[in-house]
Amino acid sequence: MDLLEFARGPAMQWALIILVLGITWRVAGIVFLKRKSDLSEPRTHGQWFGAVRTILSRSVPAPAFRSRVLYSNLLGYTFHIGLAIVVFAYMPHILWFESILGFQWPALPNAVISVAAVVTLFSLVALLVRRLTSPVLRLISNFDDYFSWVVTVAPLVTGLMAVADMGVGLRYETLLAVHLLSVWLLFIWLPFGKLGHAFLVFLSRGTTGALFARRGART
Amino acid sequence: MNSADLDQQHPLDLESARIGVRKPEQRYDLQGDTPDEARVHTAMVNFVKDFGATAATYMESCVHCGQCAEACHFYVQTENPRYTPIWKLEPFKQAYKREAGPFSLIYRLLGLKKKVTTAELKEWQELIYDSCTLCGRCTMICPMGIDIATLVGQARHGMFQAGIVPHELWSVTERAQREGSPLGATPSVFEERVEWMGDEHEVKMFIDKEKADVMLTMSSIEIQKYPESMAAMAKVMNHLGLDWTFRTDGYEATNFGLLSGNTAWQKDMSRKIVDAARACGASLVILPECGHAYGALRWQAANLLGEELPFKVRHISEFLAEQVNNGRLKLRRVDKAVTFHDPCQVSRRGGATQAPRDVLKALGVELREMDNAGDYNWCCGGGGGVITIHRADPLRYKAFEIKIEQVEKTGAEVLLTSCSNCRQSFDDSQAHFHWDRTMHSLLELVADNLVEH
Repeated sequence: MDLLEFARGPAMQWALIILVLGITWRVAGIVFLKRKSDLSEPRTHGQWFGAVRTILSRSVPAPAFRSRVLYSNLLGYTFHIGLAIVVFAYMPHILWFESILGFQWPALPNAVISVAAVVTLFSLVALLVRRLTSPVLRLISNFDDYFSWVVTVAPLVTGLMAVADMGVGLRYETLLAVHLLSVWLLFIWLPFGKLGHAFLVFLSRGTTGALFARRGART
Repeated sequence: MNSADLDQQHPLDLESARIGVRKPEQRYDLQGDTPDEARVHTAMVNFVKDFGATAATYMESCVHCGQCAEACHFYVQTENPRYTPIWKLEPFKQAYKREAGPFSLIYRLLGLKKKVTTAELKEWQELIYDSCTLCGRCTMICPMGIDIATLVGQARHGMFQAGIVPHELWSVTERAQREGSPLGATPSVFEERVEWMGDEHEVKMFIDKEKADVMLTMSSIEIQKYPESMAAMAKVMNHLGLDWTFRTDGYEATNFGLLSGNTAWQKDMSRKIVDAARACGASLVILPECGHAYGALRWQAANLLGEELPFKVRHISEFLAEQVNNGRLKLRRVDKAVTFHDPCQVSRRGGATQAPRDVLKALGVELREMDNAGDYNWCCGGGGGVITIHRADPLRYKAFEIKIEQVEKTGAEVLLTSCSNCRQSFDDSQAHFHWDRTMHSLLELVADNLVEH
């Protein structure tokens, strides 16, 4: 079995298994903890509505905070949207999804994908620079923050290298295998560290939204 | 320690702009003689004791974006990264991941999270108590929606049991548990002062009635520093023709059990009010102009006591708004420009943001809102027990500079709030900065402007 076969075969299978089991374990480890019923007299009853409202409203900083967090929010949005375009709108990726999900959707032109990938890469670098230079971020950052950055950037870099076929002496097949392996690394790490926010964001915002709605506070 | 010792070792100062325990000559910020190892263990056990799905969700969710710093008055005014709200929980986050989270085994096996030490907890005392007013502004900015203020409150549970509470906060809490009031407003003092205010303001007072529809409560700050509040509340009740009473067995609305982190005492303090209200058959308990008292009785008491409360709980500003809105309370027009300072626990964290504004509308004032008023209001800096801690004064004043700037910008003639702790924080800062503005009470303005039927 060569590297590409390994990447396409057992490596992928294990990565997907760890991704799914890891997420399940982490979410179950939280949601199945005891949840006492609230005996205070509620001001309003729209708890589900409050949860949904907060899930939506926290996507954009409130006007009171906007000017203070504008830069990091713009960068954050840029790389999230850029990443989504690269992951979901690039034809070879769509074909991979089709192999798992059984259906496909239209792709964006390759030129658009390349621009998105480069912009994403730059915004991630800018965010890393920020993390390394801002006293607040330097203080609160730990291994998870830097490692998560690496495993997010790695597929972008290896993907761009594979597409551009600038393999520093490596064959295209090897480049592709390295790209795939870097994606599986992302899959394997995702459930454990901060990248888990991809699913925790709904739980966490929703929890506060429901609690605040009960009190009639702003959701 | 008996009461005489308490008075000698932690004497009260009831004369200054900020009342409380006199500045200690020597600080004792550690209680008991527990060995260091045991302190950490106790802190963590008590931190995770009430750890349900909610707190675990929050502990798992932080992405270290650091935005919470930008919402915190202590960080914004000092730019000291230690005041980043989520950093205040670092040892607890670390302990959670290592001991309790879904991947705790992995963290322990790989040694990814170090064991928390007592030295760290001692260092964190300043972050968990002195530099957090539990105002919850950080909760509003967190893109993950983590309610950081609640977590700090929970960290205090651990800190209290481990005996790592700032000197003054511990001593007022101990006094409250022992005497029924953190500031010496014992039942007999309370009764005397109620009678005094009745005479002084020629308002009929009811105390210890056997049966009453409405039971009123007071905060120690009001009893000792702003006693006119008692007359004002009584005046409004009499004006509305309600069947009401104060009770010497359940009058103290402040809850230092909550502020310091002693859950058992918090429960005891809430139970007094609940028992007194039950004894007189009240269907409504009114909380005074106090912020955390609202959180304690309105949202937490039923859950701590494990039963639904047999009465409704309303903050006085909510009650006044209800009476104004249903047309029972008519007020004279006050022709002034007013600005209103939102008490965090009543507005942002209590959901009663609109109530004072309805009352102000009925008073016909010109309301000049501060920037970010309402749910995003900047805290006065004195909440969460911070105002009791003398060594926190410089930091608190720094945070208060925001309020001065905000108030001045409105150009309003009258400053109003509906929290006596905010009011005392304003008084103290007014004295410190030689500022020419005085904070007033919304309730007292209402009581002075009742329209006779």
